Amino acid sequence: MSEAILDVRGLKLQFSQRSGVFGRDRAVVRAVDDVSFELRKGETLGLVGESGCGKSSLGKTLLNLHKPTAGEVIYQGKNIAGLSDKAMREYRRSLQIIFQDPFESLNSRHTVSAILEEPLLIHRIGDRSSRAQRVTELLDMVGLPSSAANKYPHEFSGGQRQRIGIARAIALNPSVLICDEAVSALDVSVQAQILNLLLEIQRELHLSMLFISHDLGVVRHMSDRIAVMYLGQIVEIGDAQAIYEQARHPYTQGLLAAIPRLGSSPEENSQIGGDIPSPMAPPAGCRFHTRCAYAQAECSTQAPELRAESASHFTACHFWEELKLREFTPA
Amino acid sequence: MSLLSIQNLSVSILGDDGIARELVSSISFDIAAGETLGLVGESGCGKSLTAMSILDLLPKPQASRSNGKVLFKGEDIGSTNQTRLRQIRGKNIAVIFQDPMTALNPVQSVAQQIGEVLRIHFPEQSRQQHGQRILELLREVGIPAPEARLSAYPHQLSGGMRQRVMIAMALACEPDLLIADEPTTALDVTIQSQIVRLLKGLQAKNGMAMLFITHDLALVSQVSDHIAVMYAGKIAEYGKARDVFATPHHPYTQSLLAALPGIHHQAKSPLLALEGQVPAIENMPSGCRFANRCRYVAELCHNKTPLAEHISETNTVACHRWKEIRS
Repeated sequence: MSEAILDVRGLKLQFSQRSGVFGRDRAVVRAVDDVSFELRKGETLGLVGESGCGKSSLGKTLLNLHKPTAGEVIYQGKNIAGLSDKAMREYRRSLQIIFQDPFESLNSRHTVSAILEEPLLIHRIGDRSSRAQRVTELLDMVGLPSSAANKYPHEFSGGQRQRIGIARAIALNPSVLICDEAVSALDVSVQAQILNLLLEIQRELHLSMLFISHDLGVVRHMSDRIAVMYLGQIVEIGDAQAIYEQARHPYTQGLLAAIPRLGSSPEENSQIGGDIPSPMAPPAGCRFHTRCAYAQAECSTQAPELRAESASHFTACHFWEELKLREFTPA
Repeated sequence: MSLLSIQNLSVSILGDDGIARELVSSISFDIAAGETLGLVGESGCGKSLTAMSILDLLPKPQASRSNGKVLFKGEDIGSTNQTRLRQIRGKNIAVIFQDPMTALNPVQSVAQQIGEVLRIHFPEQSRQQHGQRILELLREVGIPAPEARLSAYPHQLSGGMRQRVMIAMALACEPDLLIADEPTTALDVTIQSQIVRLLKGLQAKNGMAMLFITHDLALVSQVSDHIAVMYAGKIAEYGKARDVFATPHHPYTQSLLAALPGIHHQAKSPLLALEGQVPAIENMPSGCRFANRCRYVAELCHNKTPLAEHISETNTVACHRWKEIRS
């Protein structure tokens, strides 16, 4: 097992929100609630879950774009909370992010070369000519012609804009790349181009990747390990193959079964009933118990911990052993 | 006779330069009573324009039907007057859209919005009858505690619940045809699977036909009896869904299926990506519109538009070289 580049321990992120008449009530949204995992050198960790599960908030907390309410993010052995300004700049340089919508995340008034040069300028790297050379090099790496440098983002298609987003993210030779729904806005044929590019760049630059997506097919394709989130918590984490072939958590099982497959009938999709509860008022005990077909009395009072099945596969369900042996039937 | 028959339909888009260009170009398909036709394609291929032109809901003057016939139960509704179209809309043919938040009226309660449909199409019924029917519809689409939801406004409902309300509105008059334009695209997978099951269940019960528009190949393969694969305003391949997915004949259909990451694919291996992009409407190629991205492109493809040829009794493909490609 290779060593961890990022070690996340007990991370919590809470937002307080005013609600009620004149905002007199305060509601706390627990976007990320006690999440621990590690990202290993060179691996891709997939992070899946439905909307509102906290996967994007988690990504932003790692980048220190949100200050965690509690918990630690350890980068190469150092807690990022205690970093000096200089060290924090260094940290931000080594962690980069690609967003879902490359149209909103690229400045429409800047040319591509200005967009790609900006991170170099901020970090005071190189002189004018070496920066220009780096821009050409970056464009080449992401499969765009050097003539793209003088154009504006609106002159490109969605897939090409995402290439520009990737070029900007790798401009500073980061060691960790966070892809936040990086291909979700793209059509299938273009999505495949971008996924291929990400795999290629990861190999070339030995990147560690946190791949956040709601698309389980894409995550399966990209990831070595996968963490499944539900309402701010990791409910299952393990090797990609184990998650897809031996999912233990009823939520993971339901999520996988809900993906339509070519040529199957909708009746074959097992069904998780109900709606995702509001993260402002998550259910007590196991957060999934309101939608779980196997829920027992204990599930509504006791929150399950992540428990190991093997050194690499953990599940937060009181009854995964029983479920594995099919001792329960769905209610 | 088929329920809906689209014949040589073309839709033109007015450019900034004032020139109208044909995006949807001479497409034809039929939907039989009770069956589902899946219309699948990537963004900008004209699938929504096709659907909107059926009920004359195109955003004029930017888009307009420039050619073709729309026959509903034999009646040419493409050239009928607005009064007749208003009778058909909602009552015979209903539509549900991708985003129920923008399709629902934010300042009207659930009961008011469904009630409006009933008032327009069943003015002879009493308020009590309408009230009962609304509850019945909400129950039918699986909204828990429907009595409590009657006075709810759209923002108080989750995305899945809003889509259920949209479906309840669409079903209010028991339409013969439901046009579902990306009905689950904005929803999470577990909710998507609930809505798809609901639609299929209602279809089995009411016997309505469905035009199901989506970009999701796996989803379309689940819900459709027939499918039409669209590319750049043309139907590339059409026929029995099972056959199209088992043995795709058009190079575009083949590439789409190969580009799909999934369980069947070796993880982290390169996907067979389709290079290049869909041609812009300003410079649509004169021959086959897929020619610039096609692996099998030949001289002929650049010069001549391929017509739909039968590969079996039910299936057609619009490719000059499908026979050579197959072998």
